Amino acid sequence: MIEVEHLCKTFTVSRRDAGMKQALGALFRREKETIRALDDVSFRIEDGEMVGYIGPNGAGKSSTIKVMSGILTPDSGNCRINGLVPWKQRKEHVSRIGVVFGSRSQLWWDIPVTDSFALLRDIYRIPDDVYHKNLSRLTEMLSLQQILRTPARQLSLGQRMRCEIAASLLHDPAVLFLDEPTIGLDAVSKLAVRDFIRQLNREKATTIILTTHDMQDIEALAGRIILIGKGKILMDGDTGQLSRQLSPSRTVRVSVRRFADIPLPQGVQLIEKRGEEGGQLIFSVDTEKVPIPQLISLLSAHLEMYDLSVENVSMDELVLSLYRKYQI
Amino acid sequence: MEKTNALGQYLTLFRIRFIAGLQYRAAALAGIMTQFAWGGMTVLLYRAFYQSDPAAFPQSFEAMCSYIWIQQAFLAIFMVWGLDPEPFELIKSGNIAYELCRPVNIYWMWFVKSAATRLAKAVLRCMPILIFALLLPRPYRLVLPDGGRLVLFIVSLLLALINIVAFTLLIYISTFYTLDSTGLRSLMSTLAEFLSGGLIPLPFFPESFQKVLSLFPFAGMENTPLQLYNGTMAGMDAAFGIGMQVLWAGIMIGTGAVWMRSALKNVVAQGG
Repeated sequence: MIEVEHLCKTFTVSRRDAGMKQALGALFRREKETIRALDDVSFRIEDGEMVGYIGPNGAGKSSTIKVMSGILTPDSGNCRINGLVPWKQRKEHVSRIGVVFGSRSQLWWDIPVTDSFALLRDIYRIPDDVYHKNLSRLTEMLSLQQILRTPARQLSLGQRMRCEIAASLLHDPAVLFLDEPTIGLDAVSKLAVRDFIRQLNREKATTIILTTHDMQDIEALAGRIILIGKGKILMDGDTGQLSRQLSPSRTVRVSVRRFADIPLPQGVQLIEKRGEEGGQLIFSVDTEKVPIPQLISLLSAHLEMYDLSVENVSMDELVLSLYRKYQI
Repeated sequence: MEKTNALGQYLTLFRIRFIAGLQYRAAALAGIMTQFAWGGMTVLLYRAFYQSDPAAFPQSFEAMCSYIWIQQAFLAIFMVWGLDPEPFELIKSGNIAYELCRPVNIYWMWFVKSAATRLAKAVLRCMPILIFALLLPRPYRLVLPDGGRLVLFIVSLLLALINIVAFTLLIYISTFYTLDSTGLRSLMSTLAEFLSGGLIPLPFFPESFQKVLSLFPFAGMENTPLQLYNGTMAGMDAAFGIGMQVLWAGIMIGTGAVWMRSALKNVVAQGG
């Protein structure tokens, strides 16, 4: 179980304008600014949960992950992960967690991946039988057979990321932190990584905390999202409930043989009309005023339709509207 | 049980580094060539000095030659300036984040890695130089000391390794605060090189200056083992020299371990 209570962390950033005069001036007087990276952050995550931790760049996502993985000491506040305080009991704590930083590498760049794994086995003191069991399972699940014997520097980004994830799981961590695990990956690798994460959570009940900017990651993986902006937790809830609560509006696309005039009720708007005689019509519908079935029967009474689709607001738009709502 | 296991972790780190160090054959060959040439030049240089007035020197030319050859053979241990670039890069790039996610003490991890690197290089390079120097004609050859002196030398050499590694770790840790340690690095390594007897043997300095230097940690990094080898340091002097090595090793390791802990509290791995 992860309990985070009232975490605060501030950083000092120095600033100066470009130019010689400003550079000389900065020799004597520096302009410093204090940034509240974490401002009273609290949440609770149960065992086996899969949580998406989202927010714009600089919101405090990585800082939270770093505090939770024992890298960063907060100014104040509490954090207990399975009973341990990460920055105080760092060694005990980190032997029970796995961390993947998407933009960094933990593999030795000039030796084969399997040697890096062997080193991790000794550092984490993984018993031989556990190590071999985990290695063969991870090799199979992430299809690493071909790449284990390659030096890390010769792997593609997708291959490397699969190895990074495997490396962080060799010691059976109870909690896995993934900091942008799909950054820069192509569609195939993204899907492979997502599949694996889902399977891991299901089979081993590993608690997974995921930060990402890829809303498809969140849609595919997280049951719950925590939104952080300017160091504050803005929202914490499950994804489905969130999208319902946030936007009762749907987009309805219909393809028709021939256009006709339709008396549109209140709450329905024609956004776009594509084609001359016949083609596509796109409506925006407020489902609280006009339920979708009612709209469909209205449309089919007036038009000869051959295709119809109802679309949710995409996760990207959703998050954008959240950011706007909280002005971050 | 817990203790022996913990030791095992560091032994693994040592082993892996040691093996990695042994694989750089071309670098070792180049190093050996350089050290032959450098040793030879230094020997010839001192020969010129000795020829003008042998009485002006505190030790015989034979002892001087042994000093130079041992120094060259174990250069990989003695060179304070031969710093491992990895910790600097880890700190500068922020990859230190991954190091902090490992269930090991960072101070000891770096200590063990540095010591292993230096030792591996020295093991790989010392033999050809030692054999070559033993085969040279008198008075240029390396003279083997008796068993007792040899043992003292080896003990003192290992203590010197510990001192040097502990010292370089202090430089690494300072990088947490300065982010770029090039200046400090060159200043400290030049200073250490000079004050440890790497450039000119310490007995060549004025007596009063020598007394002061013997209290500094630098003397124990190079001067003490080399003087013990030559027998120019014996009896109470030897006990004092080795005692200072042990004392400074304790002080520098203690300082480093505490400093590392406080540095890690303030560390901010930016970005990503």
